Amino acid sequence: MHPAFSVIFLTTLIGVGQGLFLALYTGEIYSTLDLLPAQGGQFYVIGSVIAVVFMAAGLLASFFHLGHPERAWRSAARWRTSWLSREVIVLPAVISATVIYGGLHYFGWGMTADVYAVKGLLSPTILVGAAGTVAAFALFLCTGMIYACIKFLQEWASSLTVINYTLFGLASGFALATAYAAYSGSELVSFYGVIAIVTTVVAFITRVASLFRNARIKHKSTLQSALGVRHNRIQQRSQGFMGGSFNTREFFHGASVVWFKSIKWVFLVLVFPVPIALLVAGINAASFDLLAAAFVVQYIGLIAERWFFFAQANHPQNLYYQTVG
Amino acid sequence: MTQLALVIDLNVCVGCHACVTSCKEWNTSGIAGSMSDDRPYGESPTGNFFNRVQSFEVGQYPNTETVHFPKSCLHCEDPPCVPVCPTGASYKREEDGIVLVDYDKCIGCKYCSWACPYGVREIDEHQKVMKKCTLCVDRIYDESLPEAERKPACVMACPTSARLFGDVHDPDSQVSVAIREEGGYPLMPEWGTKPANHYLPRRKTKLKIHEDELIRADNPLKKEGHLPTPDESTPTLDDSTTW
Amino acid sequence: MRKDLEKAEPIKGQVEVKNTTCYMCACRCGIRVTLRDGEVRYIQGNPEHPLNKGVICAKGASGIMKQYSPARLTKPLRRKPGSDRGDGEFEEISWEEAFSTMSERLEHIRKTDPKKFALFTGRDQMQAMTGMFAKQYGTPNYAAHGGFCSVNMAAGMIYTIGGSFWEFGGPDLERSKLFIMIGTAEDHHSNPLKMALSKFKRDGGRFISINPVRTGYSAIADEWVPIKPGTDGALLLALINEMITQGLYDRDFLVQYTNSAQLVNLDEKSSEYGMFVRAEVPVEEGCFDPQNKLWWDRNVNKAVVTHTAGADPRLMGEFKLEDGTPVKPAFQMLVDRVKEYTPEWAEDITGIPAETIRRLGHEMGVTARDQKIELPIAWTDVWGKDHETVTGSPVSFHAMRGLAAHSNGFQTIRALSILMTMLGTIDTPGGFRHKAPFPRPIPPCAKTPRGPEGVKPNTPLGGMPLGWPAEPDDLFVDDKGEPVRLDKAFSWEYPLSVHGMMHNVITNAWRGDPYPIDTMMIFMANMAWNSTMNTEGVRKMLNDKNEDGEYKIPFLIVCDAFQSEMTSYADLVLPDTTYLERHDVMSMLDRPISEFEGPVDSVRIPVVPPKGDCKPFQEVLIELGTRLKLPAFINEKGERKYRDYPDFVVNYETEPGSGIGFLAGWRGKGGEKFMKGEPNPNQWQMYEQNNCVYQHELPKSYQYMRNWNKGYLEWARHHRLTRYAEPILCHIYSDVLQQFRLAAQGKTDGKQPPDHLRKRIETFFDPLPFYYETLESQLTDKHKYPLNAITQRPMAMYHSWDSQNAWLRQIHTYNYLYMSPELGTKGGFEDGDWVWVESQWGKVRCLCRFSEAVEPGTVWTWNAIGKQAGAWNLEPKADEASKGFLLNHVISEELPPTPEGEHLSNSDPVTGQAGWYDVRVRVYKAEETDEKISYPQFKPLKPVPGQEKKRKPWMAYFAGKGKRAS
Ligand SMILES: Nc1nc2c(c(=O)[nH]1)N[C@H]1C(S)=C(S)[C@@H](COP(=O)(O)OP(=O)(O)OC[C@H]3O[C@@H](n4cnc5c(=O)[nH]c(N)nc54)[C@H](O)[C@@H]3O)O[C@H]1N2
Ligand SMILES: Nc1nc2c(c(=O)[nH]1)N[C@H]1C(S)=C(S)[C@@H](COP(=O)(O)OP(=O)(O)OC[C@H]3O[C@@H](n4cnc5c(=O)[nH]c(N)nc54)[C@H](O)[C@@H]3O)O[C@H]1N2
Ligand code: SF4
Ligand code: SF4
Ligand code: SF4
Ligand code: SF4
Ligand code: SF4
Ligand SMILES: [Mo]
Repeated sequence: MHPAFSVIFLTTLIGVGQGLFLALYTGEIYSTLDLLPAQGGQFYVIGSVIAVVFMAAGLLASFFHLGHPERAWRSAARWRTSWLSREVIVLPAVISATVIYGGLHYFGWGMTADVYAVKGLLSPTILVGAAGTVAAFALFLCTGMIYACIKFLQEWASSLTVINYTLFGLASGFALATAYAAYSGSELVSFYGVIAIVTTVVAFITRVASLFRNARIKHKSTLQSALGVRHNRIQQRSQGFMGGSFNTREFFHGASVVWFKSIKWVFLVLVFPVPIALLVAGINAASFDLLAAAFVVQYIGLIAERWFFFAQANHPQNLYYQTVG
Repeated sequence: MTQLALVIDLNVCVGCHACVTSCKEWNTSGIAGSMSDDRPYGESPTGNFFNRVQSFEVGQYPNTETVHFPKSCLHCEDPPCVPVCPTGASYKREEDGIVLVDYDKCIGCKYCSWACPYGVREIDEHQKVMKKCTLCVDRIYDESLPEAERKPACVMACPTSARLFGDVHDPDSQVSVAIREEGGYPLMPEWGTKPANHYLPRRKTKLKIHEDELIRADNPLKKEGHLPTPDESTPTLDDSTTW
Repeated sequence: MRKDLEKAEPIKGQVEVKNTTCYMCACRCGIRVTLRDGEVRYIQGNPEHPLNKGVICAKGASGIMKQYSPARLTKPLRRKPGSDRGDGEFEEISWEEAFSTMSERLEHIRKTDPKKFALFTGRDQMQAMTGMFAKQYGTPNYAAHGGFCSVNMAAGMIYTIGGSFWEFGGPDLERSKLFIMIGTAEDHHSNPLKMALSKFKRDGGRFISINPVRTGYSAIADEWVPIKPGTDGALLLALINEMITQGLYDRDFLVQYTNSAQLVNLDEKSSEYGMFVRAEVPVEEGCFDPQNKLWWDRNVNKAVVTHTAGADPRLMGEFKLEDGTPVKPAFQMLVDRVKEYTPEWAEDITGIPAETIRRLGHEMGVTARDQKIELPIAWTDVWGKDHETVTGSPVSFHAMRGLAAHSNGFQTIRALSILMTMLGTIDTPGGFRHKAPFPRPIPPCAKTPRGPEGVKPNTPLGGMPLGWPAEPDDLFVDDKGEPVRLDKAFSWEYPLSVHGMMHNVITNAWRGDPYPIDTMMIFMANMAWNSTMNTEGVRKMLNDKNEDGEYKIPFLIVCDAFQSEMTSYADLVLPDTTYLERHDVMSMLDRPISEFEGPVDSVRIPVVPPKGDCKPFQEVLIELGTRLKLPAFINEKGERKYRDYPDFVVNYETEPGSGIGFLAGWRGKGGEKFMKGEPNPNQWQMYEQNNCVYQHELPKSYQYMRNWNKGYLEWARHHRLTRYAEPILCHIYSDVLQQFRLAAQGKTDGKQPPDHLRKRIETFFDPLPFYYETLESQLTDKHKYPLNAITQRPMAMYHSWDSQNAWLRQIHTYNYLYMSPELGTKGGFEDGDWVWVESQWGKVRCLCRFSEAVEPGTVWTWNAIGKQAGAWNLEPKADEASKGFLLNHVISEELPPTPEGEHLSNSDPVTGQAGWYDVRVRVYKAEETDEKISYPQFKPLKPVPGQEKKRKPWMAYFAGKGKRAS
């Protein structure tokens, strides 16, 4: 597939936003259960704002993908069948939940608040956060399923796609949370940092698993099945036009083999070992700079990862568009 | 239930591209138009087409077959492009199974094109909506056209009548009979999309001349007294048998 | 589309539907044009048209993009003073200026030496008018594209069976069972052939294609027989051999309908050596084969006049006439000839296994013999014998330029015609069928003047500019045997060049050999590019000057509808209308669109008004003819006779009162007559009401065996298709050719070739077909240039002229050189690499593409895709110029000069047919340092005045008011 930057940014940015939100909320739960020191409302407020900014930026990026962004509202129509439609519904829901979550904290209706005399696990922020968490995971599912549900895009049609989307969102969100915690002087640095490291490690395992899987895929569609001609030697002589078409632009990355292969190594390095090292060093040195670098490097790596994710998918339609002649 | 479709006979398609340009010509000024062209007089001209004809070589010299292969939307019975569309712009008509795009709803997200294994949807780079073969829905029901012309433009154009059009659910239709009798098959059956369009394979007429057909009562050489007879000087059994 | 619109709600606008005839190619399908608010909404095949019955092709369906092409010329243009030819610098002038320039010049030439005006036309369909104009003007220097196109096909077959493929006849696929297509890619009759092929295949027919390349039609063949280019003669002769060895020929057919049984004089001392023995001198000399030859009757064992009742002639043997003259039946001569042409011999030459050749022969022979078709159609032959039925054999052939475009094509095509005749398939059901006005006598009657006296100032030409020589005396040469025509057609160099030799006109005029000319007018031909050989050289010649600063070709007028490579060389450019803007006739006097069942002609009627100042070329000729006071264009008082072209078409008669005019339909005052009859003032309306076509269906009994069908021949004579109702026997043995050979041997009294050409004539004017390697191959170092390079037509492009078409050029915007992957392995290059193709004449750089569908000793490309940068108003960077290439750069219009410095055309020595497909090349990898762009490149052309200069980056055509176009 041709990796579109709008989609690369959409998926990576909202992933970060979702992850950050989940980090904030996890932290709050732990604090509520007194497993971690409680944070001031401002921590959640600013954190939520950052999460919303990421998600909104993702949403904005997605508009660049649309031919008719002014009609984007229509895309909620087919939630019964379309994962894209579902994503379109869930993404605003996650954003709303995050906004409300941050808002509640802003107005002091967080865990320490006393407004309705409900404290602890029944506090509004915990409830809204729970809803937001469900929504955020639903969003991971939707985003992943948009790709995983296309069964003939065999590189994508796997639960690993959803798992990876989720793990990458979590890893990058927690990495950001780590840096954020360090910046705001919170005690949660190592908590977030460890989770970020763990999810990154797990993500490494699942992503490498998917690389292995994809390297081994036997594509079900072949020129033989595409044409219905049984012969082991078929070659296209002409694709029917010479100056390119939507079908030659949209479904093939167009990059050289060298570029394609190096991008894989770029992301394998930038998403996993480098951020882990930076996280470890950053936690130990309690250095915001190192932790911020961990997030930034990982995010850049994720852009490469997403590029590779798209580029690696072999669309069966390409069987029909092989030769200019 | 009706399922309209094209059946394409690879046995007679000569790859002339008549179906390609007649489709463009009909549709560009019709309800599915316009169909834009970029750099129409410049480098790498490219444009919106609903139908393309490709060529393949099967086998190796001298046993090569050249196969011309026209392809437009196959109007799948279980079209993966439809459920994925977030807006409902892509839809399959109940009454005749035609898969269409409603340009007024389409947001141009291209997702449906990803979900089509056959590579037959093309975004219009300027109107920014997804376009594809409409099965000439604006011809086939148009009562102002003579009955014989209520057919897709490409079908009317095709000089070899390699393109048949009709209801594949009606067992007696020309298309169903052709599929049944000529071995019609769908493309990429592995995905369960159940394309309504079918393809008819190459069929070969062979001739076997038996040697005895060459020994003829009507051999005109007889009349000239030139019927080949073995040279008298060559050896015979007669020369060497003594009993 | 919009959902609310899906129920076929018509888009608003004023809709009109008009019928006319397509001219995106020479096939001439009937089309129906729908207009919305005056703009072309849709062009479809006319379902009521006999030719295409509603279908259309890729080009025809892209007519809109031709009509609204930015390459259109819209103003008469004059080359800017001081600018070079080829620069394409022009200024706009008025038509009046254009006319006065032309008429002044032409008037002077006509008064002094009319042959200094040359009129040559390309792929036009109005030779009836252009030829007539040239004749009226008095110049012999006229021809159309036939000479560089496929004249071998016309001449080879017409000199053998009185009819031909091309537009004159074809295979009856309706009834055929076995069809062999040789060297055909797209053909002229392209839509009907496609329709017939698919029907044939569906009916279970067996289709064999003999071609070095497998594309298009060949793709759907049941069997592909790859052959080395230029060697079909060997294959066909081997097939004839096999047919004889196995006794698979149709003896009765050969006896009755051909000259096979006629006795050939073999007295070497006689001036009649090799001629048929004639019983008596015919009563009337005419252009027909008098029936005064002899058979050897087996019953009485002596010679009798042919077709003597009860006679049973010998086809084989050797006899002595009473006066002692040794004779052989023509068929025996053929048997002797092909004896050495065994399948094994042919295998080495053609690359086709002997076994395959034998099998092909058996398939043809056995199918023909065992599957006889008998139709219950009674007919009478010219000898008065009644037949209850028409019988035929379901074996048919079609061949085109794969045979024709070789310098051995004439004899190859003779061999094919003879094979078809031996199978008994001439104008029979399931075989080859004629189309009116064919069959015609062998050769047809039209003749050129026989010498320079036919060309006189202020006088129409004393004969036709083109004709059909029947004997050496018919040649158009002077006392010394030198050519009178500029192109040297009908001279001893190319005696039977019946379509002229357009491919040599520019070179000859430039060299002043045989003489310099003054004005050359080119209509609808891209002679500075794809229809010229040696393109680069010819372009230089067009711009070359004498020492005195005058151009070697002093004045060049080009009439075209588009800005082409050619128009850039013109001194005067005349903007023509398109086919949708003008009246045209597909006349019986030219190449009509007749069907097997009878004559058909057709017209174009404008569906849209002319763009800008465009003017139909016909109107230009009528205006010029009137100004020059050419007899046909003025009345007795010397005044203008025809208002315009439509008026001309209705009222012009070939001779006063002849009743024969451009159109055959609805003649007579009220339209009650056909073929012949007084002018009908309402003729155009009648065509208009009838789908722009007139079709006459002959009675069934006249539809077959027309060479010998009494009823038909008399009908044809009565309706003035022919002058005589004499039988047209197929010439297995051609004594027409033998006469030229005898002249070359100095055995005749009439015209004789100049000494240096005697050998050539003697060799190639063989009365029996023979195989020789193409002339260019003979003169090439084949170790250095081991490959044959050929081109073929893409179905979706017409020569050079569709590159301006926005839709078609997306299908073919540049071209590759296709070749066997073996060549890459040997040459160290890969699929898609840049390579050089080099012949002894020059080289081009292009992209290669590997293919398994090509004979490994052959490389090929699509014809005429490559363009000069900027031509056709394409952007200079367009792929046509940067990646496309023209093979013509490595093809020469002349053979290497002889030691005496003589220049012979790269053509068939009999017919002057251009040997396009004879060139030999080598292919090698381009250097990494070479530019990644095709070679050669030329200075980009700029748009000319009157052309749209602003270029839109994109467009979206939408006809009529609801315009959504950008
Ligand atoms: N290498 C190679 N060269 C070949 C051949 C080959 O097979 N291989 N084939 C040869 C053959 S068979 C032929 S016939 C020639 C054809 O070659 P040409 O006769 O030169 O044919 P085109 O290039 O199609 O067109 C000639 C001109 O007609 C113009 N034209 C189009 N429509 C109109 C119109 O309505 N009015 C006027 N006035 N002009 C119009 C076009 O703009 C173009 O400039 O090429 C020959 N050249
Ligand atoms: N679409 C389209 N139609 C056209 C034209 C066009 O430009 N475009 N041009 C028109 C004109 S002017 C003409 S003359 C006709 C020509 O019609 P065709 O004769 O069909 O034209 P070519 O493309 O020259 O095809 C020649 C074929 O012969 C093969 N060939 C070459 N050399 C040999 C050989 O030695 N032996 C054999 N057996 N085969 C050989 C080539 O591979 C090719 O397939 O087409 C007309 N129709
Ligand atoms: S061919 Fe593609 S676009 Fe057409 S219905 Fe099937 S999946 Fe949808
Ligand atoms: S591009 Fe249009 S039709 Fe396709 S999925 Fe998106 S909204 Fe639906
Ligand atoms: S059915 Fe109509 S829209 Fe579809 S390919 Fe044919 S002409 Fe085009
Ligand atoms: S029009 Fe017919 S023959 Fe031509 S490419 Fe299309 S399907 Fe094939
Ligand atoms: S074959 Fe030629 S005349 Fe017929 S539709 Fe095509 S371009 Fe027009
Ligand atoms: Mo031609």
